[in-house]
Amino acid sequence: MEDIKVTDNETVEQLRQDYENMQAEIADTDGIMDKIKAMIKNNKLATISLIVILIFCFCAIFAPVVAPHDPTLQDYDNVRAHPSRDHILGTDELGRDVFSRIIYGARISLVIGIVPTTISMVIGTILGLMAGFMGKKVDFVIMRLADIMLAFPSLLLAMVVMYTLGASLINIFIALSVVNWAGTARVVRSQTLALKEKEFVEAAESIGVKKSVIMLRHILPNCLPSLIVLFTMDIPGSILSESSLSFLGIGAQPPASSWGLMVVNGKQWLFSEPWVAIAPGVAILILVLAFNFLGDGLRDAIDPYMKE
Amino acid sequence: MMTKQIGDTLIRTVDLVKEFEISGGDFFGRNKPRVHATSNVNIQINKGETYALVGESGCGKSTLGRLMLKLIEPTSGHVEFEGININELPSEEMREIRKKMQIIFQDPYASLNPRMNVYDIIAEPLVTHHVCKTKDETKERVKELMERVGIRPEFINRYPHQFSGGQRQRIGIARALALQPQLIICDEPVSALDVSIQSQILNLLHDLQEEFNLTYLFISHDLSVVRYISDRVCVMFLGKVCEIGNTEDIFGNPLHPYTKFLIDAVPKPDPFLRKENKQLLHGDIPSPVNPPTGCRFHTRCPYAKDICSEIEPEMKNVDNKQVACHLI
Repeated sequence: MEDIKVTDNETVEQLRQDYENMQAEIADTDGIMDKIKAMIKNNKLATISLIVILIFCFCAIFAPVVAPHDPTLQDYDNVRAHPSRDHILGTDELGRDVFSRIIYGARISLVIGIVPTTISMVIGTILGLMAGFMGKKVDFVIMRLADIMLAFPSLLLAMVVMYTLGASLINIFIALSVVNWAGTARVVRSQTLALKEKEFVEAAESIGVKKSVIMLRHILPNCLPSLIVLFTMDIPGSILSESSLSFLGIGAQPPASSWGLMVVNGKQWLFSEPWVAIAPGVAILILVLAFNFLGDGLRDAIDPYMKE
Repeated sequence: MMTKQIGDTLIRTVDLVKEFEISGGDFFGRNKPRVHATSNVNIQINKGETYALVGESGCGKSTLGRLMLKLIEPTSGHVEFEGININELPSEEMREIRKKMQIIFQDPYASLNPRMNVYDIIAEPLVTHHVCKTKDETKERVKELMERVGIRPEFINRYPHQFSGGQRQRIGIARALALQPQLIICDEPVSALDVSIQSQILNLLHDLQEEFNLTYLFISHDLSVVRYISDRVCVMFLGKVCEIGNTEDIFGNPLHPYTKFLIDAVPKPDPFLRKENKQLLHGDIPSPVNPPTGCRFHTRCPYAKDICSEIEPEMKNVDNKQVACHLI
């Protein structure tokens, strides 16, 4: 069966390979920073979102410099004033400057959006990986725990935690983290179950790679796209949950302001003086959208398949 | 051209049985039906040879390959690598043995992690077993391996999706070679590739065997490929071994009826050599959940007699070959 060796085909194949190599060289990238740079270059929507988020962060950090008024200063001569040169977005029911309150509120809303989401993502990812990879018993225990979590209305669960621990920022973190991890764990588990049947995981096993290393190097990076999307979707969820908690009086405590609290306070004048509720509502909308677009952009940039 | 040196037994299986439980059974999950993937398989592979495992889809070829690598645990029986029963080894010692046996997969698209670049993929075995001391040394070794399997070392930072199927398979081979193993299990390494690339990969495997004195277990259903590359052939049907022998003997003078049909079914490129009324097997492969009694082939065998459905045939040594058939 020597006739299987066909020499002519090898030169053709050589040419084809060279062509493919040229093509591939164009898309050659290495570090994750390079990918983000490429994303900034190619994806305008994601870049604008990133800038918007950075502006919000800047305003939150330097709020005393950026805000034109003291957010807690009450001016009873100017209650629910129309937007004017002095008060760009008008004043609320106690005569406080809405614009300044939005800027100060960004502090709480951003932190509430990011910190509990990060905590719940980390917990959910670890538990999800363990459930998917460590066998049926571990899987059963973790998933039934997640089911119990998901069976409660999440707001009720957060309220229970807040009532027991008392209203404070750290307790909001705990309440929202406890509520959110189960969803992440489920997603990561299902991805892990699918990924661990792949041949590259089997290859790693045959090499003798330890299970923990397989989880971190082979399975986790392949879950990353879904995790990024989940992350950007959970941030708005957290911001809105905090608003609900504030509405019930167990979230941000006055005179501190959060956007959720401002919307809730302003809603009774929605028809006569709409800026009081709409301005913070729009702030929530812009931030939430920015996170979503950035998440999409990041997912595409990190995923090696998505180029072209 | 044959410069191979065939030595002593490298790996052998002893009464290897693997049954998979499938869903079903009663309310409490008892008496689940079982798929009989391999039943009492006894094969031995000698150092330096290419041992082919052939059979139709679902006959337990790949399961046997994975059992030999201890990627799955057998239901009963064991595997001996260089005389050591690897199924009783603690995991630390097993890691040492894993250095000596590697696997090349069928699907070059699923066998490489899409999120690791070529360096990470090929370096993984080196890093796992602390073969190289520094990162530069690892990089040099990876480049050497890439060059050896025919991939330009400049592509070290590329990702798998930037390569063609044949190139990916070469990366998989480089990964398998990294630890300088003795045994490489090739699980249908060319069946997913173009014919022209198949021959390239087969030639590469052949050259590497001579260079590093490798032993191959070559799992395939493509008999022309098997005939080209292998020294010995083992034919399996429904989890049982039918016939084992040297490649020339199996292809020249097949004894087991199943082997005959298998070889007859290979399409012939020359139309004048084609037989007018070629005998082909009819019917489906019996269910591995309820394998037939006696000889597992008797339901499809045109020569079957009463004894075939009653008593399981033993392995017999006939003409330099081992055959499991009552009629021989």
